[in-house]
Amino acid sequence: MSTIPGKTIAERIFSAHSGTDARAGDIVVADVDFVMGQDGTTPLAIRALENMGVTEVFDPAKVAVVMDHSSPSPIEGVSALHTMMREFGKKTGAKVYDVGCGVCHQLIPENGHVVPGDLMVGCDSHTCTYGAVNVFSTGVGSTDGAAAMAAGKLWFKVPDTMRVTYDGALQPGVFSKDLVLALAGRIGADGATYMALEFDGPVIDALSVDARMTISNMAIEVGAKAGLMRADAKTLAWYEGRGKRAPRPVDPDADAIYAESLVFDASAIGPQVARPHSVDNVSPIEDVAGTRVAQGFIGTCTNGRLEDLKIAADILRGRKVHPDVRLIVAPASKQILLDAMEAGYIRDLVEAGAVLVTPGCGPCVGTHNGVPSDGENVISTANRNFKGRMGNSNAFIYLGSPATVAASVIEGAITDPRKYFSGGEG
Amino acid sequence: MRFAGTAHKYGRDIDTDVIIPARYLNTSDPAELAKHCLEDLDAGFVSKVRAGDILVADENFGCGSSREHAPIAIKAAGVSVVIARSFARIFYRNAINTGLPILEAPEAVDGISDGDRVVVDADAGTIINETTGRSFTAQAFPPFVKDIIESGGLVESVRAKLGS
Repeated sequence: MSTIPGKTIAERIFSAHSGTDARAGDIVVADVDFVMGQDGTTPLAIRALENMGVTEVFDPAKVAVVMDHSSPSPIEGVSALHTMMREFGKKTGAKVYDVGCGVCHQLIPENGHVVPGDLMVGCDSHTCTYGAVNVFSTGVGSTDGAAAMAAGKLWFKVPDTMRVTYDGALQPGVFSKDLVLALAGRIGADGATYMALEFDGPVIDALSVDARMTISNMAIEVGAKAGLMRADAKTLAWYEGRGKRAPRPVDPDADAIYAESLVFDASAIGPQVARPHSVDNVSPIEDVAGTRVAQGFIGTCTNGRLEDLKIAADILRGRKVHPDVRLIVAPASKQILLDAMEAGYIRDLVEAGAVLVTPGCGPCVGTHNGVPSDGENVISTANRNFKGRMGNSNAFIYLGSPATVAASVIEGAITDPRKYFSGGEG
Repeated sequence: MRFAGTAHKYGRDIDTDVIIPARYLNTSDPAELAKHCLEDLDAGFVSKVRAGDILVADENFGCGSSREHAPIAIKAAGVSVVIARSFARIFYRNAINTGLPILEAPEAVDGISDGDRVVVDADAGTIINETTGRSFTAQAFPPFVKDIIESGGLVESVRAKLGS
């Protein structure tokens, strides 16, 4: 009888892409299926390619650059960087997603650039988002991104895997954002450094693809390299008409070896809020309820998808944003904007008092679209609340689900959204 | 590789947003980025740091975004080496790729206070706190890392190898 142990999703994807029997801890050179950069990081990658004397990308159909972080440009310096990206696209044939297309982490899967079983790198830390659709995707710096654009391959250390299982069922008013904030609160901002996460359990199975992406998106907030899930019937249905290549789903072996295993009872998890100034500073909403807020933000690669806008619209429909609060909404892509218009969510949100901004990163990274004032509290659906993140180091950012943000902007204070669900006033 | 300077010590989870806020990423000019290095954490850092000085921090240094501007800003501010209890994954690669020396040395972090005079011999893997007289060990750079750092970064290292 063979006693060769089974493999995790990460080990199987690295084995397939490196032509080796890849195991955690191995250093492998692996082929990448796609490389992406955004407007904060691509200019440095373009310069690195120029400095290496490289004038072509390995495969123009497998490289995309996205203007999303500061888009449309708020300042001439960024305008010059955007011009540089457009010229790069013309010269190399790489796909350019110009201003208004949306957040890179929505556009790459939405347009089928990656499919289940792929390995890809992006010059943005939240590239881990596509783990939700069974892609080993990870963030790299601009120099590594440039090397991958030039060669179509990169060296990797095959990560250990931490298995995170969500048992039970979500309470009404509790969402995937709350599940991943609970994880950050439990293991901390470096709890999974250098590791891949593998999420499973009945709660993950029951989530939509949109909601799964929220969880994988925040894998980096616990230091992880990837946040992987299996591809199931829902994933494959989501890819119908989208994928540029046929999906090749990769499951973990039943006897895969995990460095650590965590189990959460989702039934016991209520709405969670990350308090300033770190993502692992997580509390149950009861501990922060009543904290005044001056701005709400719904959007980003974490929670700017159609389902997120629906959750917010369902709460805000027929109600008003508190007069002392600004609510900013940034759909994650143009397609989501169009779908949300079609469904009436945009009208609901704007009539309630929301300010709609360009599909993209919105105010998340502090370059435009709603920099908070000194001393102000913000309740946001984003993934980071670092000091100065939204452009003012004297502001305070709280993170929660779209439902928590919607409920909070009505009251002008952090509010438990469960009152709008199951027998509440909603 | 030998570094000597004054230690500037900070806490854990020093993220790339405080190392260089995104509002300054409208340039990739190292000198311009250096002007705002650590501004949201310690507004006085840029004016007190001297060429060769050493940054010391606790766990998870460089967590957060993948921006390579972070190690570029630290290096351009004059910092010769960063010593931390641990580094975030993307920052670790970015630091090497941009030629910023980094050392994981938990005991040295415990044994160095802000303002101490520190000497680092990265080849030997020794860290000496000249203020207290205590010495610590760190893992020496593997040869390929040393090669990249001495070249000034991965791009420069590749160019040198290609003879261009």
